[in-house]
Amino acid sequence: MEVAELLERARPVALAAQRALPVTPALTFLLPGGLRRGSTVAIGAGAGSGPGATSLLLALLAGASAEGSWAALVGMPEVGPEAAGSMGVDLGRLALVPDPGEQWPAVVSALLDGIDLVAVRLGGRLRPRPVDARRLAARARHQSSVLMVTGAPWPEGCDLSLDVVAGKWEGLGAGYGSLARRRVEVAVSGRRAASRGRRAVLWLPDESGRPEPIDDTLVALHP
Amino acid sequence: MSRSMVVWYPDWPVVASGVVGPVAVTHASRVVVASAEARSEGVRVGQRRRQAEAVCPGLAIVGRDEDRDARAFEPLVAAVAGFCPTVEVIRPGLCAFSARGPARYFGGEESLARQVAEAVDAATAAASGTRGEGCRVGVADGSFAGTLAARRGRIVPPGATAEFLAPLSVRELGRPELADLLERLGVRTLGQLAALPAPQVLSRFGWEGAAVHRLARGLDERPLDARRPHEDLSVEDELDPPVERVDTAAFVAKALADRLYAGLVKGGWRCTLVRIEAESEHGESLCRTWRHDGTFSAATLAERVRWQLDGWLTGPTRPTAGLTKLRLVPEEIVVDHGTQLGFWGGMAEADRQAARVLARVQSMIGPDGVLTAVLDGGRSPIERATLIPWGDQRASRRRPELPWPGRIPPPAPARTSAPAGSVALEDSGGRPVVVNGRAEPSGAPARLRPDRGPELTVSGWSAPWPCQERWWDPDGHRRRAWMQVAVEDGRAFLLAAEGGRWSVEAVYD
Repeated sequence: MEVAELLERARPVALAAQRALPVTPALTFLLPGGLRRGSTVAIGAGAGSGPGATSLLLALLAGASAEGSWAALVGMPEVGPEAAGSMGVDLGRLALVPDPGEQWPAVVSALLDGIDLVAVRLGGRLRPRPVDARRLAARARHQSSVLMVTGAPWPEGCDLSLDVVAGKWEGLGAGYGSLARRRVEVAVSGRRAASRGRRAVLWLPDESGRPEPIDDTLVALHP
Repeated sequence: MSRSMVVWYPDWPVVASGVVGPVAVTHASRVVVASAEARSEGVRVGQRRRQAEAVCPGLAIVGRDEDRDARAFEPLVAAVAGFCPTVEVIRPGLCAFSARGPARYFGGEESLARQVAEAVDAATAAASGTRGEGCRVGVADGSFAGTLAARRGRIVPPGATAEFLAPLSVRELGRPELADLLERLGVRTLGQLAALPAPQVLSRFGWEGAAVHRLARGLDERPLDARRPHEDLSVEDELDPPVERVDTAAFVAKALADRLYAGLVKGGWRCTLVRIEAESEHGESLCRTWRHDGTFSAATLAERVRWQLDGWLTGPTRPTAGLTKLRLVPEEIVVDHGTQLGFWGGMAEADRQAARVLARVQSMIGPDGVLTAVLDGGRSPIERATLIPWGDQRASRRRPELPWPGRIPPPAPARTSAPAGSVALEDSGGRPVVVNGRAEPSGAPARLRPDRGPELTVSGWSAPWPCQERWWDPDGHRRRAWMQVAVEDGRAFLLAAEGGRWSVEAVYD
């Protein structure tokens, strides 16, 4: 028997739970099985999507980051590290690549090799050709990482799309108060197992900067 | 048994700092090294910085900088290399070489030690302008005993090393945990340790115990299985274009060290002695050997290479052109027995993999292309975090947990440097809203007009609050008023008024 074959046989069995990355409790209703490894996720790129994509992206990273996964943000020079930290992202395991340059598909592809969650903001120089999109999605699948895109639609379509469909800040009056928390409605759609369109209402963020579910009874199953 | 001559410069970080008078080198608010003047005033290693300043007014505080130490040490090593070309640098401030050949040529060990000391002191005076207390030279069998002899400025006759070591404390081994254990067992001196039978020491204390037992008996400190590599494990890189700047050289050094380490790991080896060779465009060749007390990891190896390149490229013996070739040669390797990974903490495989990937991305887009963030003290969202190139030390400059009065209340905005830049804020009558000296607005904001994009209707706004920073500092002084504004489409902004103009500082996205 060849060594490679032996190694293949001796490899530990990957359980379904290990094939998915955990998500923060506020998002478990939307993603009951967690984030499936090897998938591509679009955030805030749908038609009816409102503001709040950055917070939603950080909240998605938080669950896996707290469990020891690494994350990278590509083409996002403006993301606030303090907000990321309070959302629950471990800053020691967060790499920032603010300007990946012309060869950004190669950079993203390299990151997918060893980092579980790679998020890319499209737009400007980061305009994916269909061939790049196909290659990067295949890379993520092969390396069991999750590729997240935001800012513009992904040419090939994504396995999962999350959008903030409504959001409202609380705590601010006419000349008094301060921004305290934001109530958002997040919709998820997808083309595989997670394709049931679910919607959930959550605080993103709540008063302490964390994502929190509001109340399970307010959550409605969308047809 | 090899005769080892060791050159030790007391308080090297103090000498390298170039500051005269009472000096303390600190790291993380604790004194790491203090000069003799400072010590006589009562400054002690391990003391808190504030305490040290209290016992010794006028104490100069210098931050620890290993790069600076290594850079300043290079001329001294060059001076020692004039006596024996195969100098091994153990760490900045300490180097060793085999004394047998040079001692015969320079008229005996005593005369050699005197000449080396004079040459090193002259080199120090020429390079840094301060003499410190002068270097100390010691000779003994093996470089461990040699180091202890150098600390005492002694020349131990051949074969008398065991007697020289016998009365010394087990603390001199430089392994505090093992020394603690030995002391609790009643073994207080190296002589007592040497008197124990070797097999029992091995079975009770493992390889580490066996190694220190050899040291205590005055035997060669090299690991039992150390050998010269029988195959060529060296790695080299042609540098094109030639490298003149230290940071670029350091980056090449890191990649090269990683490659060398990968080659060693493949063969199941670890390296204890490495030779760093460089060639310049004009054909000058530079070469220096570094020894590690334990074994080199990829990171410590890269650090030594960086120090050495720093010393060459910024020192007085700087080559006349950029470096075109860099080569690492493992001179002495030992079998890697492996390390048991910690059950909790430590670096997991995923972390190592991520580190590899990020280093590769750095090689594609430059070292500054990959950043990591640490929380920092400050008031504005931009000040609250510092971005550090990946691989550098993650350290905050200001303390984030302090109150920072006037800071933006949580939750923190998700996007800090705004895409919008300056904005116009108007009340319902179309008049611009301004803030007076007491941070009172001239009217109720109704519309927000960004530089680009459509006009936005304000749905809520906070009372502006003033924030005055560094009023004592004419250059760093800033006076601003902050205001949070929510608009009807669900977005919210953090605005700052400074000098009568509004700008978007952050977006609550």
